[in-house]
Amino acid sequence: MSSVAQKKGFGATLWDWLTTVDHKKIGILYFLGGGFFFVLGGIEALLIRWQLYKPNNDLVSAGLYNDLITMHGTTMIFLAAMPILFGFMNAIVPLQIGARDVAFPFINSLGFWMFFFGGLFLNISWIYGEVPDAGWTSYASLSLASPGHGIDFYAIGLQIAGGGTLMAGINFLVTIINMRAPGMTYMRMPLFTWTTFVASAMILFAFPPLTVGLFFLTFDRMFGGNFFHHAMGGNTIIWEHIFWIFGHPEVYILILPAFGIFSEIFSTFSRKRLFGYPSMVFATVLIGFLGFMVWAHHMFTVGLGPTANAIFAVATMAIAVPTGVKIFNWLLTMWGGSIKVTTPMLYALGFIPSFVMGGVTGVMQGAAPLDYQLHDSYFIVAHFHYVIVGGVVLAILAATHYWWPKMFGTMLHEGLGKVTFVFFFIGFHMTFLIQHWLGFWGMPRRVWTYMNDQGWDMANLISTIGALLMAVGVIVLVINVIITSVKNVKVSNDPWGDGRTLEWAIESPPVFYNFPTTPLVRGLDTVWIEKMEGNEAGYTAAEPVKDIHMPNGSIIPLLMSFGLFIAGFGAMFRTETSWGLPVLIIGLAWTFVCMAARSLQDDTGYYIKKEELLRDMKRKGGQA
Amino acid sequence: MAEIEVYKRTPAEQALLKKRAKQSMKGQVMMFSLMIFLTLVSFSMVVAFQNDVAGFSKYFIVPMLMLFAAVQVGLQLYYFMHMSEKGHGIPQMFMFTGAMLGFLIPLTFVTIVWW
Repeated sequence: MSSVAQKKGFGATLWDWLTTVDHKKIGILYFLGGGFFFVLGGIEALLIRWQLYKPNNDLVSAGLYNDLITMHGTTMIFLAAMPILFGFMNAIVPLQIGARDVAFPFINSLGFWMFFFGGLFLNISWIYGEVPDAGWTSYASLSLASPGHGIDFYAIGLQIAGGGTLMAGINFLVTIINMRAPGMTYMRMPLFTWTTFVASAMILFAFPPLTVGLFFLTFDRMFGGNFFHHAMGGNTIIWEHIFWIFGHPEVYILILPAFGIFSEIFSTFSRKRLFGYPSMVFATVLIGFLGFMVWAHHMFTVGLGPTANAIFAVATMAIAVPTGVKIFNWLLTMWGGSIKVTTPMLYALGFIPSFVMGGVTGVMQGAAPLDYQLHDSYFIVAHFHYVIVGGVVLAILAATHYWWPKMFGTMLHEGLGKVTFVFFFIGFHMTFLIQHWLGFWGMPRRVWTYMNDQGWDMANLISTIGALLMAVGVIVLVINVIITSVKNVKVSNDPWGDGRTLEWAIESPPVFYNFPTTPLVRGLDTVWIEKMEGNEAGYTAAEPVKDIHMPNGSIIPLLMSFGLFIAGFGAMFRTETSWGLPVLIIGLAWTFVCMAARSLQDDTGYYIKKEELLRDMKRKGGQA
Repeated sequence: MAEIEVYKRTPAEQALLKKRAKQSMKGQVMMFSLMIFLTLVSFSMVVAFQNDVAGFSKYFIVPMLMLFAAVQVGLQLYYFMHMSEKGHGIPQMFMFTGAMLGFLIPLTFVTIVWW
């Protein structure tokens, strides 16, 4: 492999992307895969809102409506929000800590392909015609009673995708612990790296319960198990506990990287050091820790009793404290700063009130007695969309604009970006603000239609119009992306002009080895320090130019994941067809053969020679 | 392809490393003896209980065995698996977090799920 650009045919390019272990390319793959599922989940959302815009609507049947809400939730959480965040983590975190790649490039690629095949498996249910229909939480008694293969697609698809997520989480933990550049102490790590670290630690502890729960569900549905059959000595409540032991940390796994993204944006565009950096770090860790102690607040009405409800209610309230610390720190970062309202900053400004509203309704539900009233009403729908859309999706859109130049080397059009923001932001509040009242007025969630003249007609219409505005916003973003990619105007290292962290010290997009020499980190916001001291290069090298060790690409991750994908179909059709069991065995065997091939292969990577690095640096006009 | 560097220790370094290795060995042997002693005591207690030796009731032996087991796990981790040495802060943090969750979650299960 050479770093000199060469024209490649379509086949070679495709092969390059299928076998890549480069964190920047895997980041883009995650981004594109997550983006695809985001659009898919968005279309499902539009169908839901279209069905509800007037009373007694019959656009979709009740059964199809259940399919739509289940797949909307599952797709948005597991296949859109998380992968897109992983995309940014992959593309940015190694750059922020001054590393050349993640710790395990092969596992990184395997994680992506498992997510991809898991997502594909789940969505093949639409083509097959039997779709998961027990809600994204898939509560056991309901999901066990669901006829057809719908829930089987859920259990196996999420199992495969979840495995990929666990690998990605472990990979980021090892990367951040071991691969920081010299001088990059923990308390000098950019906040996005910190939040990635804590979110990864949460993945490490939260995903094994999901794996266990999904295996139980798989056994119960496909292999005659009785974990959740109360008549057979099982306990249906266990699924709820296991699911929320995973599910509650999951929402923090989503929101913490979003906090990290906004922390970067606030400090960059206020052109000030992040206010209260140590307290931000502490709050992040504390949120991560408390996130594991509150799962039963999703189950107040299950009948745990007043003592258990009280304990979990108090623990839930406690999370508001570190979150409040963060909000005030962001406000004080802007205080007295020289603020530049770019598109990412606009999202950040919109995020604060939106997310605070979601947080406040969260505290309301955290009060167990009130939750008995709010439970299963549209108030809940409004709350979690305020948190997820007002927090995570705004962060994803902000980061798309903020890091687009670093990932793709071009700058998204600022004007169109602001148009996207206006449509999306107004649409978002229009869709979900009114749903709080719909909840108070008694509209239950997950109903496929409603009678007229209950006072819900106008509110639902407003909500649907809001959803259309959000769709317009996303379409404008897609147009923006297409225009930018066609124009293809390359930008400099630091196109925003105010970059503070290491990713802005190297070209956009970075060369495949990121840093010709490992950088020396001299403080928080190291690039800002260098710039203030007049160092145009953006960073100080910690070592002389020398040979760089790089990993080879491999097709094995794709093949390995494909085996699990095939085995999934075997497990699903095992009892009703003769080919089910052989396919299950062949799929698993295929995966094991791939694992053996990987273990026995002696692939020690390759070196980029010093001469080549010097040539590259000279071509770019820098000094060696 | 990486070049192999041969680094020669200075006599002072060599002496220091030797001294440290000696201390470490001393610690290992001491802890090993302690662990064998604890195991011996544990087995003796159980035998004493089975032979109806006065004072060795079940309510004394079971908690004591648990305590000894905890001490042994600690010694195993900190001495034989070298967790007492430098640079083990992060693994310790993750292990203790995991152990705490592994304790708290089953505790909730036995108190509020299978009541």
